Amino acid sequence: MARSVTTQRKIINTAIAWALGLLIFFPILWTILTSFKTEATAIADPPVFLAFDWTLENYTTVMERSNYTRFLWNSVIIAGGSTLLGILIAVPAAWSMAFVPGKWTRDILLWMLSTKMLPAVGVLYPIYLIFIKLGLLDSRTGLVIVLMLMNLPIIVWMLYTYFKEIPGEILEAARMDGAGLKEEILYVLTPMAIPGIASTLLLNFILAWNEAFWTLNLTAAKAAPLTAFIASYSSPEGLFYAKLSAASTMAIAPILILGWFSQKQLVSGLTFGAVK
Amino acid sequence: MATRHSRSAARLMMAPAVVLLLGWMLVPLSMTLLFSFKKYLPLRGGDLGWVGFDNYIRFVSSSAFWPSVWATLIVVGGVLIITVVFGVLLAVLLNQPMWGQGIVRLLVIAPFFVMPTVSALVWKNMFMDPVNGLFAHLWKFFSAAPVEWLSQASLQSIVMIVSWQWLPFATLILLTAIQSLDSEQLEAAEMDGAPPVKRFAYITLPHLGRAITVVVLIQTIFLLGIFAEIFVTTQGSFGTRTLTYLIYQRVLESQNVGLGSAGGVYAIILANILAIFLMRIVGKNLDR
Repeated sequence: MARSVTTQRKIINTAIAWALGLLIFFPILWTILTSFKTEATAIADPPVFLAFDWTLENYTTVMERSNYTRFLWNSVIIAGGSTLLGILIAVPAAWSMAFVPGKWTRDILLWMLSTKMLPAVGVLYPIYLIFIKLGLLDSRTGLVIVLMLMNLPIIVWMLYTYFKEIPGEILEAARMDGAGLKEEILYVLTPMAIPGIASTLLLNFILAWNEAFWTLNLTAAKAAPLTAFIASYSSPEGLFYAKLSAASTMAIAPILILGWFSQKQLVSGLTFGAVK
Repeated sequence: MATRHSRSAARLMMAPAVVLLLGWMLVPLSMTLLFSFKKYLPLRGGDLGWVGFDNYIRFVSSSAFWPSVWATLIVVGGVLIITVVFGVLLAVLLNQPMWGQGIVRLLVIAPFFVMPTVSALVWKNMFMDPVNGLFAHLWKFFSAAPVEWLSQASLQSIVMIVSWQWLPFATLILLTAIQSLDSEQLEAAEMDGAPPVKRFAYITLPHLGRAITVVVLIQTIFLLGIFAEIFVTTQGSFGTRTLTYLIYQRVLESQNVGLGSAGGVYAIILANILAIFLMRIVGKNLDR
């Protein structure tokens, strides 16, 4: 029996939920709005909400003054590179654990998870030292490797969970029809695995994009991504709210949009399948 | 059917991931362990030899240690309480019939995708600034004296910033769990005349038990490691030096690697204790 809900109750629910949702979203909204103000309007007393002269000058200033594109490019390469590399390494591993599970599969999966729990600060100096020795400090290659290793357990886990859901009977049916290993992988498994791989890619790109321990500690001028670029606003000079807002909006907007697409995978990905 | 041939192929496919993670874990870990037993000052003489458990004793007996434990407990505990309590309430609310549910969901989860340096700086400047921040305007509107948030109420401010970042995570997971609740049970209870509070306390909350445990464990592991939020706001001053930040300062700022590594080993042990609980839950799920 469907529960009959009075319209009145639905209106109250809607009102409360929207109010809370907007309250939670407000800091982001405020940042976006401020990015279109002049510096003077940004600190106006009392604050102005919408009735101001919208301007794009902060965006042009940020792009010109701080070589924003280089930081953006670094972010793209570091987040993209570490995710792609992680997927390349994780796909075969997750594949074999899902389709040819052995005695140790369960233990290996749990052990991989445990490496994710390792506090970064506990290994900060060794990594720092290794980076100096190998000339990786302040290099994109170094960060690609570290972020890949950091997210590898999540990638393996997510892919494993997806592959597990591909029914084994399909493979057997394909084999009965005379498919070889090559056809099997190319025409049967790959198409079925692509959605899972895509959502893993998306979530881990977001995680790598926002990572702010290694990116802050292992970069200086050359390889610094957007996280470090924004952090440079922590010791500002003069009026800077509007410029900070413009820089922040540019750093979070693309990822916010990607994030909204990945919200379904977020739960199972970040809880390692403990909550579905 | 898995043949011996496919088994060895499977092992080969697993090898790169396993070897890399093994190296990622063992190499830095053993280096940290090694340094923790040494007097090691890279800028003042380098490796000055073995000192046994000296660093471990000095780390916990330094005057900065207990305040940092305290700060860590407040931050982790405060954020956990706020995100779990409000997460449960929000999840229950979002599960009710309403218009525009999808959009509200998007609004609520948005903060999770904001990079930590951005959220910390936006809160620090545009909300918590004692002169130009929105809170200052709000306080003035009610004729109250503006608060210097990050110095007078520093830990509370950090808790607030971090809670804002993690509330979406808790809400989303709890909402997922709530949606798997059998609605017939609730309807039956409603027909038997159970008031909403009782229905929540006796049906919804017990059902959420496992999800809450997962939220608490995962968040604790991440919260113990928060760094950027402190780095760009207070730099560890005004009592906001958490254990992670203390270790970071020992290692990179004062370049006392031995001492910092001993702190790192403590952090690793602490994280592992928590990880065991989490892995038990996850492991149970694997067997299903």
